[in-house]
Amino acid sequence: MDRIPILRIGDVLLVSIQIDLQDQTALALQDDLSSKIVETGAKGVLIDISALEIVDSFIGRMISTTAAVSRVLDAETVVVGMQPAVAITLVELGLTLDGVRTALDVDRGLALLSSALGKAGSDVEVDDLAHE
Amino acid sequence: MDDLHSPDPTEQSWGSLLRTNREEVLEKWTQTAAANLGGRMTPAEMGRDVDEIYSALVRADTGDQIDIRSAAYADLRSLLTELSRTRARQGFSPTETAVGVYALKDAVLEILEAHGDLPGYRAFARLSRIVDDLGMFMLETYATTREAVIAEQAEALLELSTPVVKLWDGIVALPLVGTLDSARTQVVMEALLQTLVDTGSEHAIIDITGVPAVDTQVAQHLLKTVQAARLLGAECIISGIRPQIAQTVVALGIEFGDIHTKASLADAILLAMRRSGLDVVKSR
Repeated sequence: MDRIPILRIGDVLLVSIQIDLQDQTALALQDDLSSKIVETGAKGVLIDISALEIVDSFIGRMISTTAAVSRVLDAETVVVGMQPAVAITLVELGLTLDGVRTALDVDRGLALLSSALGKAGSDVEVDDLAHE
Repeated sequence: MDDLHSPDPTEQSWGSLLRTNREEVLEKWTQTAAANLGGRMTPAEMGRDVDEIYSALVRADTGDQIDIRSAAYADLRSLLTELSRTRARQGFSPTETAVGVYALKDAVLEILEAHGDLPGYRAFARLSRIVDDLGMFMLETYATTREAVIAEQAEALLELSTPVVKLWDGIVALPLVGTLDSARTQVVMEALLQTLVDTGSEHAIIDITGVPAVDTQVAQHLLKTVQAARLLGAECIISGIRPQIAQTVVALGIEFGDIHTKASLADAILLAMRRSGLDVVKSR
């Protein structure tokens, strides 16, 4: 069975999904990722799904739960590089990944993570300005 | 009048009926057909069409064969198909299209009334059935052509109405004009998401100034687009909400949730720029 590699960059774990996910692979990824977060004490997780072109409801839910699990382990999670077709499919399936941060690419994802880890109040600031 | 196709001397084929009175039939046919078009075609043009139909019809006369789907009528069918298509594209009405063949009945009947006999009327009855079928055939082709034209236009409209424009670095706008249905929303959504990914923009403004009405379905479509953009990591602002639309939205109980809505495109641009600006501040 294929395993998705999990790379550590400083405080951040980078998961880059380069193949079309099978159900078993996705389950294994969730296991691996949660143990790795605990092991390394990572503060942020970046899941790059830019190569993922096909999702079904199971994989969609797995992305959502994987992100939720990481958050429970106190690691900010950002899903990056989602393809438009995948986004449309997820919305049609009713999976809007509520509470999961998203970014256009790994670069912006890292920036988002470092600002979120750097100062916890950044969200509030965004809202404050938005309501002006 | 002798009859080539039928052994019964009292029987007369419609083909020979037409052939015997060729000049008269053609003249009256052209007259009737042209009269119904109210001057939109010259008698000469009509005469050419009628002449062609006449020749094909006479060639198709193989005695008792009256099924216009049969091979004998292949020439006639392709001729009529061509005619109906031309008429449909020129904007003629269905009646004006079919009258080209139906006028034949009037013409023949007029001749029969002048000097007809019983075999002549029998032949007319058979001819009448064929002409009816041919008329229906023309109408079907006409309808098919019109549908094709409408489909083409709808497609052209879809492509025309989905421009995604770049307003600033990282800010794109989608000015929506016209009614939003599922098919259009799909195209619009794909165009917007693709642009967001291609340009790496984090802010999108959906301007609905040109959307005539917002009902629950349209709102649903908008929400889906915004959610899909969020999944990509981009934020949407909905702008151009007119007072009436705001009232309708509230009356219908539509919840835009935490999606930012602005009255004018200018406000939306300001908000998007401030948001981009904050990013710069944050990274300092």
